[in-house]
Amino acid sequence: MGRGSSRAWIFGAAAALVLATGLYLGLVVVPPDAVQGEVQRIMYLHVPSIVTAYLAFTVVFCSSILYLWKRDLCFDAVAVSSAEIGVLFTGITLATGCIWGKTTWGVWWTWDARLTLTAILFTIYVGYLMLRSFAEDPQAGARYGAVLAIIGFLDIPLNHMAVQWWRTLHQPSSILRPGGTSVASVMLVPLAINFAGLSLLYTYLLLERVRLERIRHRAAEVRLKRGRRG
Amino acid sequence: MVAGMLRRTWAMTWKDVRVELRARERVNAMLFFAALVLFIFNFALGPDREKLREVAPGLLWLAFLFTGMLGLGRSFQAERENECFEELLLTPGDRESIFFGKLAGNVLFMVTAEALILPLFGILYNLDIWPYLPSLALVAFLGTVGFSTLGTLLAAMTAHLRAREVMLPLLLFPLTVPVILGSVRATEVILAGGGLGEVSHWLKLLGGFDLIFLVVSPLVFEFVLEE
Repeated sequence: MGRGSSRAWIFGAAAALVLATGLYLGLVVVPPDAVQGEVQRIMYLHVPSIVTAYLAFTVVFCSSILYLWKRDLCFDAVAVSSAEIGVLFTGITLATGCIWGKTTWGVWWTWDARLTLTAILFTIYVGYLMLRSFAEDPQAGARYGAVLAIIGFLDIPLNHMAVQWWRTLHQPSSILRPGGTSVASVMLVPLAINFAGLSLLYTYLLLERVRLERIRHRAAEVRLKRGRRG
Repeated sequence: MVAGMLRRTWAMTWKDVRVELRARERVNAMLFFAALVLFIFNFALGPDREKLREVAPGLLWLAFLFTGMLGLGRSFQAERENECFEELLLTPGDRESIFFGKLAGNVLFMVTAEALILPLFGILYNLDIWPYLPSLALVAFLGTVGFSTLGTLLAAMTAHLRAREVMLPLLLFPLTVPVILGSVRATEVILAGGGLGEVSHWLKLLGGFDLIFLVVSPLVFEFVLEE
């Protein structure tokens, strides 16, 4: 199981390299936004973070289904690790969004549709992590977690609709929209590079976190065996 | 086969109702709690009637949901405390009938509490809710079914956890945001005199939520009950 680590560091190094390039381009090379000025540069972290968070939660959903189907604790290790990293990236999105909101809208927080949706997402998956930590039996915890992850993921589109109808203040999506993108291509380059960088970082963190989870499983097994013998 | 499932579901619901009729543990507590919540709101908001009218839909649903939460928590915990969980699992037939039976009981208890909260709310806060009762009942029913469906599933899950009393609301409230938003907004429009046509999109959202989780929850319920 220790073998996994020899490959994980490659992702870590690649992530550092790509992120450094993307951030250098975004923070230094690319000109500031015509309307919003320098603060717009926070988007180069904000947008790739939330996309990576959604990626992480999709992985939680898929590996939870696989766990219930195959009953291999490996899938559960992937699910819980990915959920932790997803919560981390959602947190980064919320924090950078607040900073951006303070300078652009004049408030740290407003109940805008997409902000609210991100906050709901955050609470659902923090709940997931709490559920995991409160389960006494690891097998039961894995089952409950998988069920909650499935329900929670299906809940996202419903939340999206509800919150959308409730209120919309956020600027409409600028990249994926009918009639083509409205973002200057010079800005798209650092966005894309940072997304690649954060995905690499996600992969690195996931590999290391899964390795840790498996070591934990093994330690628990050894403890169990020793307890039986003694 | 469907007839058998309906019979088993009914048996499960009737068992819960009969336990309730004899012990009066849940509904009495829920009703008293609901009255207390309405009472406390008054101190939190003061006697300003205009302000009350503005926040009335939200208050009403807070009272509904807090009271419902109280009932949901009991539905599987009571089985556990009386050491009936294993017997529950030994019930012949599929697990879906356990789920639907428990769900029907939970909806019934919550609707009973709501039927008391609603008129009490109108009287205590001097709000003219009477002409809108049928539309309000429809919204309340759709919201209650959605809230109880996920609530029943999560109550079965949290009954086995440490800190179970805390975990149920922590998990259930974020997941039921669509229900809360839909019900409160629809109630707001109805109390302002709008017809059901004006809230049709909210009703569709509530109905869609109910439908999706009425299908998915029994499918995953099996994994929750496994021992």
